[in-house]
Amino acid sequence: MPVPILSTRDLTKTYGRGPDRFDALRGVSLDIDRGDSVAIVGKSGSGKSTLMHLLALLDTPGAGSVHVEGTDARSLNGRRLNALRNQMFGFVFQQFFLNHATTVLDNVVLPLKIAGVGARERRTRGMAVLEQLELADKARNKAGNLSGGQKQRVVIARALANNPRVLFADEPTGNLDSATGRIVEDILFDLNQNHGITLITVTHDHDLAARFNRRLYIRDGQLITTDEEHAA
Amino acid sequence: MNPLETLKTAIANSFRSKLRTTLTVLAIFVGAFTLTITNGLGTGISNYIDSQVAAVGASNAFTVTRTDTSSGLGSGPQKYDPNTRVLAAGGRPGSTQVALTQADLDKVAAVPGITGVSPVTRLNTAYIQGNNQDKYQLSVSVLAGAQPQLDAGQNLDDGSQAPQIILPSSYVAPLGFSDSAQAVGQDATIGILDATGTMRTVTAKINGIEQNALLSSGGAFINKALSSGLAQAQATGTPSTTAQVYTSATAAFAPSSAAQIAEMKNQLSAAGYTAQTLDDRIGTVRTVINGIIGVLDAFAVIALVAAGFGIVNTLLMSVQERTREIGLMKAMGMGSGSVFALFSTEAAFIGLLGSLIGSAAAIALGTVVSHALARGPLSDLAGLQILSFAPGPVAVVIVLVMAIAFIAGTLPAWRAARQNPIDSLRYE
Repeated sequence: MPVPILSTRDLTKTYGRGPDRFDALRGVSLDIDRGDSVAIVGKSGSGKSTLMHLLALLDTPGAGSVHVEGTDARSLNGRRLNALRNQMFGFVFQQFFLNHATTVLDNVVLPLKIAGVGARERRTRGMAVLEQLELADKARNKAGNLSGGQKQRVVIARALANNPRVLFADEPTGNLDSATGRIVEDILFDLNQNHGITLITVTHDHDLAARFNRRLYIRDGQLITTDEEHAA
Repeated sequence: MNPLETLKTAIANSFRSKLRTTLTVLAIFVGAFTLTITNGLGTGISNYIDSQVAAVGASNAFTVTRTDTSSGLGSGPQKYDPNTRVLAAGGRPGSTQVALTQADLDKVAAVPGITGVSPVTRLNTAYIQGNNQDKYQLSVSVLAGAQPQLDAGQNLDDGSQAPQIILPSSYVAPLGFSDSAQAVGQDATIGILDATGTMRTVTAKINGIEQNALLSSGGAFINKALSSGLAQAQATGTPSTTAQVYTSATAAFAPSSAAQIAEMKNQLSAAGYTAQTLDDRIGTVRTVINGIIGVLDAFAVIALVAAGFGIVNTLLMSVQERTREIGLMKAMGMGSGSVFALFSTEAAFIGLLGSLIGSAAAIALGTVVSHALARGPLSDLAGLQILSFAPGPVAVVIVLVMAIAFIAGTLPAWRAARQNPIDSLRYE
């Protein structure tokens, strides 16, 4: 049996203390296989975003462990952790987080810049990924001047720039109209099916969740087996 | 992120908020400008004093006198000693100076480190006459290693057999010369009374004309040949039995460290002589000027510290504004060290920009003002450039300002570096 690309054991996360104490996660164990597409589905405040941040090693769990390809994330030092985030993971955020003052190309090559890739190669690889997302003609535009759908495609391009093996998406279609959302969804599933990228998406949209291989339903910080309650 | 990339990104980031960067740069500009000006003032005045001091005498020579052993008030009159002779001296009326004899000169010359001793002879010249019939009073002194600042001509040649003289520029017109350049090479006649009261004359060639100078005595410099010629003329008719005595002597030494000079002074002092270098005599002037420059520098540094708080503020706002961007970069694997380097480089760059512009403006304005002053109000002090800018001190100013900017940048940079990526991304 192959080692899962990501697995967690009894993951907990607590915010605040005393009367403000809030248990965002209360013991989550899961395995995600290479090339899988997984939707984490839950209501607002269910802990789904927290789970994704812990999986992406952006946050440290209160208790429990995260294993990346069999390696315990706690055993990684700062430098290895940064290298792992940079080379293995790509992020697509609902709020885009684009730098509006600079060009589309500069936004897209940011992970390569952080990785220390030279200017010439950055340009080549940045243009290649923009080509893939049919944005090559916008490369010189300021990121602030794009439409919502274009911005989300730039964000996907940025996530793909350093050839990640896992793509995390937080409500990728949340800010888009349904037609544009559909196009973005198609791009994500194409990456999953034709490029072997593991896709992990947080959403509360059941129509979107239905297109994934697996759905993990989360409620009050715990995984639940069915979506009966959600359907209700 | 490699260092070059960090530098490029930091520079690009500092230009993102142009107005804010401009205002911070202006604040630093004021500090750097002031510091460069005060530095230029220090360099200019020091240069001037150095050249003036060199014009009066050599730096590697002592003026040696016998130490006056008579104690002050209430000690009563000194016992007469047939071996000691006193000479009337300057200072308060009735002052005397214990005279130096040839035996004293030999003792001074015996001190280790002293390369030569020559007595200071008083040449009581009566007048000088140039191209016309008018005669003017003149006092002369031997060169003894001094390097007068010349308007025209060249310095004296002590090795030459021909009598040579350097005249102050104030003598040029009265002696009937049209200008300094025309006076050089001309002959002048010097009159001196001998021991019998007869006027004798010596002819000397004008070798150079000295600029008006801060420390100049208004007298002329003469070379050895002229000095011995005048001494000979003055001594004509002196009874041969009169022993030669001198008020003071010049003791030359090889260029030495301050410690060696102090050691020689101690030995001379133990032998009963007072030795002073030129620096000892002029040193107080320099100390006062250094003090004034120090106070001005302190004001400039205060301005810079204020500018430093401006940098802190600018960068804190910048960090606040870019919270999400920092979070994003950290989520993408940018290390805390790189984030810190990015923001502190930005601070140092703002510092460099401010100090470069400030120093450049100070040098441009200072040079113009200095030239205007040298032509106008300060024209009596020839050779004084009140502001002069040496590359070394200006570079020190720029590095100092950058260092202050860098230190000011560390607090915001540290705040940026310790941000948790998730908290930063949630920040609205």
